[in-house]
Amino acid sequence: MSDHEYTPKSKFGKWFNDRLPLLTLANHLTDYPTPKNLNYWWTFGGILTFCLITQIVTGLVLAMHYIAHADMAFDSVEHIMRDVNYGWLIRYIHANGASMFFLAVYIHIFRSLFYGSYKAPREIIWIIGIIIYLLMMAAAFMGYVLPWGQMSFWGATVITNLFSAIPLVGEGIVTWLWGGYSVDNPTLTRFFTLHYLIPFLILGLVVLHIWALHVPGNNNPVGIDIKKPSKDTVPFHPYIVIKDGFALLMFMIVFAFFVFYTPNILGHADNYIEADPLVTPAHIVPEWYLLPFYAILRSVPDKLLGVVAMLSAIFILAALPWLDTSKIRSAVFRPLYRQFYWILVADVLILGYVGAMPAEGLYLLVARIATAYYFLHFLVILPVLGFKERTLPLPLSITEPVLGGSPNLAAAKKKSEFK
Amino acid sequence: MKNFFRTLFLISLLIGFQYNSNAAEKVEYLKTDWSFKGLFGKFDRAALQRGYQVYTEVCSSCHSMKYLSYRNLAEEGGPEFSEEQAKAIAASFEVKDGPNADGDMFTRPGKLSDKFVMPYENKKAAQAANGGAYPPDMSVLVKARGGGVDYIYSLLQGYEDPPVGVTLDDGVYYNKYMYGNKIKMANQLSDGLVEYSDGTNATVEQMSKDVTTFLMWAAEPHLESRHQMGFKAIVYLIILTILVYFSMKKIWSRIETEV
Repeated sequence: MSDHEYTPKSKFGKWFNDRLPLLTLANHLTDYPTPKNLNYWWTFGGILTFCLITQIVTGLVLAMHYIAHADMAFDSVEHIMRDVNYGWLIRYIHANGASMFFLAVYIHIFRSLFYGSYKAPREIIWIIGIIIYLLMMAAAFMGYVLPWGQMSFWGATVITNLFSAIPLVGEGIVTWLWGGYSVDNPTLTRFFTLHYLIPFLILGLVVLHIWALHVPGNNNPVGIDIKKPSKDTVPFHPYIVIKDGFALLMFMIVFAFFVFYTPNILGHADNYIEADPLVTPAHIVPEWYLLPFYAILRSVPDKLLGVVAMLSAIFILAALPWLDTSKIRSAVFRPLYRQFYWILVADVLILGYVGAMPAEGLYLLVARIATAYYFLHFLVILPVLGFKERTLPLPLSITEPVLGGSPNLAAAKKKSEFK
Repeated sequence: MKNFFRTLFLISLLIGFQYNSNAAEKVEYLKTDWSFKGLFGKFDRAALQRGYQVYTEVCSSCHSMKYLSYRNLAEEGGPEFSEEQAKAIAASFEVKDGPNADGDMFTRPGKLSDKFVMPYENKKAAQAANGGAYPPDMSVLVKARGGGVDYIYSLLQGYEDPPVGVTLDDGVYYNKYMYGNKIKMANQLSDGLVEYSDGTNATVEQMSKDVTTFLMWAAEPHLESRHQMGFKAIVYLIILTILVYFSMKKIWSRIETEV
């Protein structure tokens, strides 16, 4: 990121910038050379930043009215919904915002998978991203516990109980997590504390994520290295800002539709029943965004191995830059990988579906096959594909894909379709 | 951009399909037109007032509604009783208050700021009076049941004689729409059970619809302002999106790349 040397125009600006180079930073952010062929799948980074800020701001307001106590949490949520000015709006934005956040992060992750954005030199960006994703899951899970409804309570019970699978110390760890011998008030208060803390950790990691991004610069749909700045790039402002803004507004329309017209469709009805340790719900299901991992957990008959499988499914992603042996980034030039990519997308959707169904009969069988395939994709298909696949010729630059020395005109045509 | 939307559309179609096939396994509920559904959905005031009448005269002898206050009855977007009517309704209930200066509890007529009086002192008392079954609090009942309003509406009309081979214990009744078909609440509604002050014919169907509308409002008291604000917000966003789209086109026209 060797930007041209920046000097503020005003005398005060220069004085200030010599002591704290904030203006240099602002200049770097506006001038930041961005590949000009980025498509709309690249707008989700900005959308995710918006989601995080929205969650933090609405969360702060909710925390002013919420009471983290087993006897009062449910009541205080209803107080927010009924008596706090626009409390219903704030809470519905926060609750649906979590789903929107995950929707956006899944698109963001799968964009990265398609265009190979996790490959060298962007491994650190990717790993920070995986940590953010993990923290998001933790924050979402603990946030879902706070209203202290039936799904909150029983979800917390099921998930914390997973730790009991650890040999020898498992039971002790669970008691330690609960702060007692069952999920109760101490559990609620610590979950609230952590739920409040994690978003700020995520915020810090987002800064690192963007910092790490600004070192090599953005990947792009063609997936080749480009010179920066050059005729292949545009300054971040105004080109990318306005494009991200446009995409964000479209995203907000969908978001608003959920908030104003179907605010409860993504939640579970049982969570409007106050937590009752004596009544277990018929089906305990997590929120939709955790379902694929829930399916993996349940598809293994052994508890400990199930937990290991579930955690591996997430951590395996961190090793992805090394599991994918192909030197070519973008799936546009990888005809075989492209097909396996879409099979993986279908596989994850299937896992999500069976995760919502009871773990029995055909559902269980499908879950097992889908789980096996998930690991097969990352552990076998990707490493092998890198050696076996015949990739299409790469263009020399993103502006002249056809003239870029590619002998295969048809392939060059195809890639311009992917804009 | 075409490609982007095509992929997005296909994926959402796939997810939508999963969602629907999920719903297909549920029981077919009775259908009726709800005035509060849709982009501009509003409550039918008269239905809310009648529904309140059914609730007080029938349901409230067992079911509490602990999150509602009498003042809510006069608030905008609800049954919108006049303030005098709401005050009179509140005053018709005895509320336990105290302790007074002597340290004694006392009863007084209800005020607008009081919460709806509960039929039982506590959950245990409610269970003792109902053969061990707790009549759930009705404040958010509509949102706490999978089928929502359609489920409650159907359940109220779903009482039947048990099919051959199904034996019921004492105090257990057969209901077509209840999960597992066994319910501990007896059929409550019968034609002409309440006498509506506006002259509406109190059929079971009518009362079910009115009381369910009332329960919907109780669970979502700000539904009307939510719909109104939602429409404005979405129209605003759409206009802004269009403006930003053209600005984007203009800005990007400086370089020869399609957005």
